[in-house]
Amino acid sequence: MALILGGLAVLGVIAALVLNAFQSNLVFFFSPTQVAAGEAPKGKPFRIGGMVKEGSLRREVDGVTMRFVVTDTEKDMTVAYKGILPDLFKEGKGAVAQGRLGDDGVFVASEVLAKHDENYMPPEAAKAVGDAHARALANKAAVEATAKTVRQ
Amino acid sequence: MLPELGQFALIVAFCVAVVQGVLPLVGAHRRQLRWIALARPAASALTLLIAVAFGCLTASFVQNDFSVLYVAQHSNSLLPLPYRVAAVWGGHEGSLLLWVMMLALWMLAVAAFSRQLPDAMVARVLGVLGLVTAGFLLFILVTSNPFDRLLPGAEEGRDLNPLLQDPGLVIHPPMLYMGYVGFSVAYAFAVSALLSGQLDAAWARWSRPWTTAAWVFLTFGIALGSWWAYYELGWGGWWFWDPVENASFMPWLLGTALVHSLAVTEKRGSFKNWTVLLAISAFSLSLLGTFLVRSGVLTSVHAFATDPRRGIFILAFLVVVIGSSLVLFAWRAPKVGLGGRFGLVSRESFLLTNNVLLVVACASVLLGTLYPLVIDALGLGKLSVGPPYFDSVFAPLMIPVLFLIGVAPFARWKNASIAELSRTLRWAFVSAAIVGGAAPLLMGEWKPLVALSLVLAVWIVATAGLNFVVRVQSTRAGRPFMAACRQQPRSFLGMHLAHIGVAVFVVGVALVSGYQAEKDVRMDIGDTVEVGGYTFRFGGVRTEEGPNYTALVGDVELQRSGRVLRVLHPEKRSYVSSAMPMTEAAIDTGFLRDVYVSLGEPIDRARPDGPWAVRVYHKPFVDWIWGGCVLMALGGILALSDRRYRLAARAAAPVAGVADQAKA
Repeated sequence: MALILGGLAVLGVIAALVLNAFQSNLVFFFSPTQVAAGEAPKGKPFRIGGMVKEGSLRREVDGVTMRFVVTDTEKDMTVAYKGILPDLFKEGKGAVAQGRLGDDGVFVASEVLAKHDENYMPPEAAKAVGDAHARALANKAAVEATAKTVRQ
Repeated sequence: MLPELGQFALIVAFCVAVVQGVLPLVGAHRRQLRWIALARPAASALTLLIAVAFGCLTASFVQNDFSVLYVAQHSNSLLPLPYRVAAVWGGHEGSLLLWVMMLALWMLAVAAFSRQLPDAMVARVLGVLGLVTAGFLLFILVTSNPFDRLLPGAEEGRDLNPLLQDPGLVIHPPMLYMGYVGFSVAYAFAVSALLSGQLDAAWARWSRPWTTAAWVFLTFGIALGSWWAYYELGWGGWWFWDPVENASFMPWLLGTALVHSLAVTEKRGSFKNWTVLLAISAFSLSLLGTFLVRSGVLTSVHAFATDPRRGIFILAFLVVVIGSSLVLFAWRAPKVGLGGRFGLVSRESFLLTNNVLLVVACASVLLGTLYPLVIDALGLGKLSVGPPYFDSVFAPLMIPVLFLIGVAPFARWKNASIAELSRTLRWAFVSAAIVGGAAPLLMGEWKPLVALSLVLAVWIVATAGLNFVVRVQSTRAGRPFMAACRQQPRSFLGMHLAHIGVAVFVVGVALVSGYQAEKDVRMDIGDTVEVGGYTFRFGGVRTEEGPNYTALVGDVELQRSGRVLRVLHPEKRSYVSSAMPMTEAAIDTGFLRDVYVSLGEPIDRARPDGPWAVRVYHKPFVDWIWGGCVLMALGGILALSDRRYRLAARAAAPVAGVADQAKA
């Protein structure tokens, strides 16, 4: 009996430790629009994703820090990353970065996720752009509807 | 014509698989000898048919038949021949065919090496395997036919993903699949034990070699995949806790637990229910792995085209297999029974603790892998679980496991004494604490985690050596020491070799994570950078032509204390057919360290002959990680070659022969 209780107690402690580690290592995903709206956590790592804006990629003077803009077509977000970008990182293609939001509003990435195939778009990036599109369409519809009512 | 032949073979194979999955099982239940006798020939026919289909697809690849959609998507006329063959499993459809091919090979092996088993048992095992095969064949035929035609045929194929054009990737998937699929044999044995209600030491002795063989393949497969990621992806990491890696690691953890619990079931008749449950779970996790990797819910190099129908089919298959096995388990397990009792301190209890810890580790990996998928499926947002979660959960769970590896071989079955154990092991413990505790000082800086890992590694090696000597002394019976050494059973030697492999692995992991150094730098021609006591001198980049790519090849001189050791050639390849860039790292491999250079990008894109962004690593003891895995697998092979498996076969063969004659 004592053995079973002891075993259960040990398993309980293990479960508590596991769940605690789990809780503190969840990394959430936010689109640039959500970040602009202040939904992203401060001082905690999270992921952003979207398209890399054409012509936005440039190299800092130190030679190894890269800067680029990730957009969901609605809002933009500047990302700084020190290191070598993945092979398939390209302007005009989808990308996902993990890191923290700096005080200056620049997202400092610790990791830029690689795609493994050029036809492949990270699902997070696809979702961010898709949502922005959906909102744009909804806005357009709303504007048109308003215009119609006004005309009438 | 060949693709149609292959397709036809698959359809016939499905019918044969259904027959094999139904008649022998029913026959074993009703004691219909004719139906029971059907199992072996059906398995041979099934294997032959699947081999024909596999051969047809391979031939289409070799002949560059781009009128087959799958070939057109995954090959190219410029692709070298070995990669054209490997391209067979370079995509979703072909990799499933490979899976079924492996399953058929296991089935054939069971049919061939089961002469000493009762016929009804063989019929049940082959029947269950037939049902699994039927499920996969149906999946291929309904959702993922590799023989679909593309009309009119394409002029040129789209080429194999350059990441997969690598020798490591030619053998990694077959190895891994052999392991994955191999657990289906353990599963089939478990289910047939539940069906018949017979689960005894003989049953465990039959299942053991099969489980060990699957485990060996899986170990090799995972190690190969990790090694490939290390040198091919160019990030210098060897394990990323990527969901796809986890998918192969979870069956490995349970498989390891199963190998140990089978040992107890064979020797002591204990853990019976637990063993069966582990066998079912290990195979279920293999299926889950297939689902995760092949359904497109995960995105990685392994996940191919997304087609929701496929995901739903595998999910349904998963539910049917796991659900029916668990129902069967709940219904029949009481009949099988728990098996022998044992004391609180005994070899059984140590092995049970190890088992439980391995299962908990597996469950925590499962949580981290599935949680993001569940949250996403419920529409609650996108999130991921960071590698620190796995690291922080895994390490504490493995510490007691590693410690117990050293203790369990000394403990007596049924009842052991702590006082006696600590008397036997105190010197091993003291020497491990001193050697392991001091060793980090040699690396320049003392780190507590590294020291703890090294203490455990030395502990494992020291206790293995001690256990060996003790055993040889006790079985010596007046003979010279060396002669008695040679008399030791191979399963005993295999066990210790595998455990030493674990120790070697731990050393590699601890030292590389404790002391590796990396630098990302901008390098002009003639610039030098220093990492880990080595100096790298950048000599510029030139262009070279490969068979199906153009490469920018860097010259990096590796120097140590002013002496040039060698010139490393990291590459940046651009593949002709896909225009996909690929980084090929250059690695100087050594027993005690790897030095690793990879090219980033030219600082000025227009001038690849100018300065570059370069990444350099110094990785102490990194090769010990894979060396440890190889030792573990070799230990498994050694155990497989143990005399008693062969003896049992020889002793039983005449009896089986007589029985066959009697039947005829």
